Amino acid sequence: MHDQATDPPLQKSENPFQKKITPQKRQDAVVSTVLRMATYFILICAAFIFLDIIRKGAPVVFQTEFPFVNTKFFTDSPETLMTFETEDGTFYKMDFSDYSQWKRDNPEGRIVEEHSHAYSGGGIFGPLVGTALLTIICIIVALFVGLTTAVYLNEYSSKGRFMDMVRLAIMNLAGVPSIVFGLFGLGLFCFVAPVITGEPQERSILNIPLFGGNFLAFQGWGTSMIAGGFTLAVMILPVIIAACEESLKAIPMGFREASLALGATKWQSISKSVLPYAFPGMLTASILGITRVAGETAPIMFTAALAHKDKLPWQDTDSIGGFFSQSVQAMPYHIYTVAARIPQSEYTKPMQFGSVFVFMVLVMCFAALSIFMRINYRKRVKW
Amino acid sequence: MSDETREGSLSTDETPGGSSAVAPATADTVIEVDDVNFAYVKGKDVLRDISMQINKGQVTAFIGPSGCGKSTLLRCLNRMNDLIPTAEITKGEIRILGTDIYDPSVDVIELRKHVGMVFQKYNPFPKSIYENVAFGLRIQGIKSKSVLDEAVERSLKLAGLWEEVKDRLDSSGLGLSGGQQQRLCIARTIAVQPKIVLMDEPCSALDPISTTIIEELITQLKDEFTIVIVTHNMQQATRVSDRTAYFYLGELIEMDDTIKIFNNPSRKETEDYVSGRFG
Repeated sequence: MHDQATDPPLQKSENPFQKKITPQKRQDAVVSTVLRMATYFILICAAFIFLDIIRKGAPVVFQTEFPFVNTKFFTDSPETLMTFETEDGTFYKMDFSDYSQWKRDNPEGRIVEEHSHAYSGGGIFGPLVGTALLTIICIIVALFVGLTTAVYLNEYSSKGRFMDMVRLAIMNLAGVPSIVFGLFGLGLFCFVAPVITGEPQERSILNIPLFGGNFLAFQGWGTSMIAGGFTLAVMILPVIIAACEESLKAIPMGFREASLALGATKWQSISKSVLPYAFPGMLTASILGITRVAGETAPIMFTAALAHKDKLPWQDTDSIGGFFSQSVQAMPYHIYTVAARIPQSEYTKPMQFGSVFVFMVLVMCFAALSIFMRINYRKRVKW
Repeated sequence: MSDETREGSLSTDETPGGSSAVAPATADTVIEVDDVNFAYVKGKDVLRDISMQINKGQVTAFIGPSGCGKSTLLRCLNRMNDLIPTAEITKGEIRILGTDIYDPSVDVIELRKHVGMVFQKYNPFPKSIYENVAFGLRIQGIKSKSVLDEAVERSLKLAGLWEEVKDRLDSSGLGLSGGQQQRLCIARTIAVQPKIVLMDEPCSALDPISTTIIEELITQLKDEFTIVIVTHNMQQATRVSDRTAYFYLGELIEMDDTIKIFNNPSRKETEDYVSGRFG
């Protein structure tokens, strides 16, 4: 038994855990407040951006009557918006194509106060299609080059100073400003990249004769969706390579060893016991990178994008080569055009905010998909 | 190298090359380690002057404290150490079925088909049980369903797993218990019909019951395969092996019949270790 006599008697009235304010506690309170405020600041910025865009953009896309979505906005390409008043004071607002029709139908109508608002009518079908095509080309090129590079770096290359430098160079690529990538793409893909053609152009730097009177002409692909797709791919490569390498590293060494110990070649063991298990992770991480690239303006403004194009990509060509070598409209460039290169007025706002709203929702959907896939994948994978 | 071995063939009926200074091995010897030094990094030998002979149809156990080089030597036997760029044998040679396996003419892929390996941590692929066992044959280009079916059944039966999994060959290998997964790995290894099976602490991640099953399996398998097993568990060595090699600090201290090693070792160091006074 404990000897109670030697213990000092506990005084009931005194609380040993009484609150005391010390300098340390004051410091703690200050730091936690600053940290919390910084976090809230981000939250406020994000909320402001999203709410403002939703408030002004959602009414363009959604409507109160059936089918509740402004389908015309998604199925028409951008046009000039005409606003005018007739002599009797009626106000009209219509797309340019409708305006021509209206003038034919009302030859006697006297128009006063006529205004045109470039790119502010119609919808965003053209830019959406263009961005989709650019992104698809970018995904194919970036995944192929990124995956092969990551496999080489992680599985084949020997460790050493040179490989460290290669890695450093790749990571540094991530820090290059996007406008520089745009100019690089212009210089390489638009002006120098090789094409096979019967009649090389005068600007071709080098013509290598091939069979059947054709030449491998280093004359570039011109301003084209393929040049834009390649430029975007080069820009996103560091992210893709890092993501792919991370996925490869996550595959247990045991899979490679077991496979090699069964007499598999290196490529057999990589292709059969590493890549199939790394691939979902690579794809998931890559989608996130690709959503970023879909929103880039600078890399495509010299290489691929047009502010206005009458025809959709498949209406303008009869060959596969022609399809890929034409310029396209693209969402980020379209937003840049309507936001910064046309005179602003209340009539240009719906197009501006509608485009931004749709684009933001699209990119967020892809990001959410990627995150959802990652969570799902992590749950499924166990070894 | 002599002419007979230049093709890198590893068939049993081949006579050992005449280039060696040591006496030719007996017909029963499948692995000869001849005065081998090995280094992971140049200048730092982790194995020194290792010489041993491993006989056909026997279970040979490598014992010794951690870091003594027993796993390293095991991984030299099917050249798994090739995965480490700077690792190399700095002296001596290892002959398997009479052929120097580090000779440039040896195809490491062919070597590994003859010298299989079971790893410490069971590592079935995240594939079906059937595909795990068939993997080694598939990568050799065997597509015939009947050949694969036959090999899968035979290997699973040898590994004592057939009765437990025959109704669910299409379910994932990862769904099995730890001991079953390790037996699946053994089945996968023997499916390619190696001459030699190397086992690197195959039971260290398993519970006692699974360990007993694997040990029984090992004693059954030695009729068909020459087995080399690394183990930390000395009782396991006494239970499964015919011969035991004791390693300490990168040197082979003693190698003899298991009974002799554990009851009447010639060297004092061995006695200290097996009696538990050290290590």
